[in-house]
Formats: sequence, structure tokens, C-alpha cells
Amino acid sequence: MTPRTIDSDAVATIVGQYDARPEMLVQILQRIVQQHGWISDAVIRQLAGELNLSRADVHGVVEYYHDFRTEPPGEHIVKICQAEACQAMGSRELTEHANNVVDEDTTLEPVYCLGNCACAPAVMVDGHTLGRVSTERFDAALAAMRGADS
Amino acid sequence: MSTIKVYVPRETSSVSVGANEVAVAIAREAGNAGASIELVRNGSWGASWLEPLVEVEVGEQRIAYGNVDADDVPGLFAAGFLEGGEHERRLGPVGEIPYLITQDRWTFWRVGLVESLSLDDYLLHQGFKALQKAWEIGADAVIDAVMEAGLRGRGGAGFPTGIKWRTVADAEGDQKYIACNADEGDSGTFSDRMLMEGDPFGLIESMAIAGFAVGANKGYIYLRSEYPLTHTILTRAIETAREAGWLGENIQGSGFDFDIELHLGAGSYVCGEETAMLESLEGKKGIVRYKPPLPAIEGLFGKPTVVNNVVTLASVPNIVNLGGERYSDMGVNRSKGTLAFQLAGNVKRGGLVEKSFGITVRELIEEYGGGTASGRPVKAVQIGGPLGAYLPAEQLDTPLDYEAFIEIGAMIGHGGIVVFDDTANMAQQARFAMEFCAIESCGKCTPCRIGSTRGVEVIDKLIAGEKRDESYDLLVELCDTMEDASLCAMGGMTPYPVRSVLKHFAKDFAPEAEA
Repeated sequence: MTPRTIDSDAVATIVGQYDARPEMLVQILQRIVQQHGWISDAVIRQLAGELNLSRADVHGVVEYYHDFRTEPPGEHIVKICQAEACQAMGSRELTEHANNVVDEDTTLEPVYCLGNCACAPAVMVDGHTLGRVSTERFDAALAAMRGADS
Repeated sequence: MSTIKVYVPRETSSVSVGANEVAVAIAREAGNAGASIELVRNGSWGASWLEPLVEVEVGEQRIAYGNVDADDVPGLFAAGFLEGGEHERRLGPVGEIPYLITQDRWTFWRVGLVESLSLDDYLLHQGFKALQKAWEIGADAVIDAVMEAGLRGRGGAGFPTGIKWRTVADAEGDQKYIACNADEGDSGTFSDRMLMEGDPFGLIESMAIAGFAVGANKGYIYLRSEYPLTHTILTRAIETAREAGWLGENIQGSGFDFDIELHLGAGSYVCGEETAMLESLEGKKGIVRYKPPLPAIEGLFGKPTVVNNVVTLASVPNIVNLGGERYSDMGVNRSKGTLAFQLAGNVKRGGLVEKSFGITVRELIEEYGGGTASGRPVKAVQIGGPLGAYLPAEQLDTPLDYEAFIEIGAMIGHGGIVVFDDTANMAQQARFAMEFCAIESCGKCTPCRIGSTRGVEVIDKLIAGEKRDESYDLLVELCDTMEDASLCAMGGMTPYPVRSVLKHFAKDFAPEAEA
């Protein structure tokens, strides 16, 4: 499982990479999520201090964007596109299938367009976009994802 | 034996169906065969249905093999793949594939052709020629050429680009910005992505030209986070351009300074709206601003800012090189030039088709798309993303022309064309339009924030057959309110798909039509 705390030194390093510019808040949060998977209350407090913003400002930005999870995700993140081009190619059925087969270590999230609309339905597994995802291909991708752990 | 060039795209769609595995397999087989090859990672030509599409350079030609799987590679080598040998995957010379050669490639001409991240290859293919010409002819002449071209914003709004540039050029201020909108959120669209992945230096040059024309020394690219491969490619291209002196201070000794900062979005659809994007670039919530002031006057950090879509910007270098008239000679009426249409959803041959305006939807779907992937009849076509109307089969002869689309209550938007076959339940699609608006609304204005949630509820009642006439009237009234009183296109255009379903597919609301 993803740890329930985020190292404050790691956060400080990221802030430093952006010269503690407050206008880089979205970029800083994005980098933290990419590295740690989520944004904790402690991170919000730390960023408010280091960027000289109010906690409400940082909290508001975190709440606003879909990418900024406020709970630790599972070991793996699987996003299934729910937008129209994928709907036209069976993403609703694929999502139903996915709900039945993913385990509790995997966070299943909706995403609205991966830009792979000519190879629908599209799925993103741990940051990698897959196309023409039938239920068989989905199961194979899950197996490969779990295989990568061992 | 001389080195043989083998092209395998590094492009999201191609990689999503196995291009990287194919590249690895080709390198391995070549090693086993003792053959010397150079693996070139290009962009996609746009024939997405043929991906992974691999090419081998044989003499003056590039021989294409389509839908190549890593498991096919040993067989391909056995069939003399490196000499362009016969095989069931062989398509022939890439320059003879009808889907590609019949296009009007103005903006995408380098995409697929060149190695995406090779600056040398870029320079061999007219790279930075337009920027150098811009320096020669001067900023005013660049803007004049864009005006003459009749280029309109390809993000969806269709605003004349030349007028926008002139406004920023004439605006008071020492600091001006170019903000490239790469937040391509509409379902069914991927042209920005393909351009950035296949011709990243082209976008860099385009932004530099825009900066030179309006007097801006800094550009921002706002890229959606759903495009991680694009992010990797753009990051490297920007670094390469900077190292080679094509970005930064005193570019190539011209005295012109210009640099680019790449920002990632964070999963908000409404950040594709230009003022919400500016807010997000400033590190804030992506909440839509009131207009006026226009971003051209008070944009990023309150400074005059050109906000242009990727494809809009990337159309400019050829306009500078070849002249605005050449561009305006293409297209129809007030829709000049070309648009990179994107065929998606339930279509047999999905991909990118850059054509002059005036082609009909039917021509695109039938002649390029080859009909539905399922082989069933087309029921509806959504054009212009989630805020675009659903066209019934009888409207497919509408020419792609901004004004012709407005006349039928539709919009071209960013040129995404999503095909649905006759199994689609259009009432569900109307419901989704409202649901999507509820999920993505920035919350600033009431018609969008509240209207979308009420819209879902009313459509649920209609589907359930509750108080049918009353619910129908209420939905129409709700659409009127959202359209008239929303702050931006999110709430203002969500009624488009809903109304189109009410008008053309009303019987899908009958409970018995529910699957």
C-alpha cells in the first residue's frame, strides 16, 4: 500500500525545484501526486508555509482539480476513459467488467479522454495509455501489472 | 551492409497498441540477423487504425507495414522485411496510402515524416525557416500574412487569429505572453497531441513566431496531464531547442529573446477555456474569468496575452513561408484553410485527416472512415466534443464550415468527429452531456453549476416516463437558461448535445427504448 505519510523533505525539494514560486502551485502539486500518489493535510500546511499562501488557497486548489487525490491510492492506478468516443466503443461495459475484476490494491478511476479516441476504448494503467482495450486485453494488462510487482 | 532506417512511431496511440514492444522486437531480430539498422521514432502519420505502422526505408521509398504486432516481427524478418519484402502486413509505400495522400497536409506535413526529437531532421525539413523569414519581413508583415490567411482559432471558438495578434501587438505593456492551449479535453480529439508528439519543434518555432510578431519574449504551454508521453517529448524538445540556441536570449544572434515554460494541467476540463487556463497557469483554481477584459489586453498575470490552440499556432509557419493567400485559397466561405479532422469512436478507419474546409461529414466518415467499426448503420455523429451537437444520419451532408454548422445548431469546435452506431441510446448520451457538465463545472456561475445537476434529474424523469410533457418543457427551459446565462461555453453549450437529442432522437426517451 501507498504510505499514509508524505516525507516533508521530499516536498521541500520539489518546492525548491520550482524556486518556491507561488504561481507554480499547480505544478508542485502535480509533481507531488506523481511521486507520492496523493496530497495530505500535512502537505497542504507545508506548502502554504513555504509558498507564502493561505491554507485555504492551497486547500482550494487541491480540492478543485481531479488529479489531486486527498486519500492515498492503491498500489496500482487504473483509469478507464468514460468520454463519448470510448462510450461509442463499449467503455461502459468495460467499466462494469473492471469493477468486477480489480482487486482492493488497485484504484479504479474515471478519466474523461486520454486522447486515444481513434483506438477506443482507452485505459491508462499506472500512467501508460492502452488502446483497443477489449475485456480480454484488460485482463491481460491487469495480469502484466501485477506481474511487474513480483 | 549499409544501415537501414526503420521507422516505429513514438506516439500515444501507436504505443498504446504495442509500438514500443514492436521496436524492441525489431532491434532484437536485426541483431540476430546481423543487420545494421537505425530505429527512427517518428510521429504517427495519422492512420491510427493501422497502428502500429512500421516503415522501412528502401531506396527512395518508405515501405509501410500496418497493424504490426511484436509477435509478427520474426516472420517479417523471414519475409525480407528490411528489403521491403512481401508479407500480409505489407501496405506498400507509405506515400501511396490513399488515406494519407488525398489529404491537404498544411499544418501536419512534417508529422510522421520526421524523427520527432531530431533537431537535425527538423532543420532538414524547413525547420526554423519561417522564424528566420519572420525576422526578415518584420512583425507587421507576419501579422498581415496571418490576417490575409483568414486563419481562425482551431481550439473551437474560431476567432480570427490575425485580429487577436494585432490586438496584443498594439496593447500597451513591456511584458507580453504567448499562452499555447494544449489542454485538448474534448472527447474525440487528438490533433494537438499528434502535432506535439510528431513535430514538437514545429510548435516551438510557431510560438517563437507568435512571440516575435506581438512582442512577447515568454511563452507558456498548458498541457493536459492525461498526455504523459507528450509531456516527455515536449520537455526534451524544449531542452534541445534551448541547448541549440533556438530558445533563450538572442536566438541565433538575431537579438530576439524567447523562451517557453511547459505547464501541466491537473485533470480539469474547463481549464481548456482560455481564461480558466490562465488562472491555472497562475497556480490557481481553474475558474473562468469574466470577459472583458479580453486576455489580449489583460491576460496572464494581467499582461497582454495571445492565447492560441496548438493547431492554430502550428498553421502559421507555412503561412509565413508560403504567404497568407495560399492558405486562404483553400476552404470555403469564411472557413479558410484546412482543419485536422479527427475520426473517432465507432469508426472503421479512425485517425487524423487534415482537409480543406467544405468537405462533408459523410465524405469524411465514409470515404476516410470506411463507416462504423461494428459494420452497423451510423445512428449519430457528435462533432466538436462533449459540447457539440449529435447529428442524425440525415444531416451528414452538412459541409464542414463554421457558419454552416452554426445554422444547424451545431459546431465544428476542435474538429473531433465521434461516430455512434444504431445500438447507441441517445437519451443516455443526453444525460451524459449534463452529467459531464456537473462533474466539470468550475462552479462560478449558477446556470452551469446548478443547471447541469437539475438537467441530469430531469432527463432521468424523462427516461423513466415521469410527467413526460412537464419534464420535456422543463428541460427545454433549462437549456434556454444555461445557454443564455452561463459565463462560458461549458454551461452555455452543454444544451447543444441535449437539444440535438431531443430534436432528432426523441424516441430514445421512451422507456421501451431503454435497453
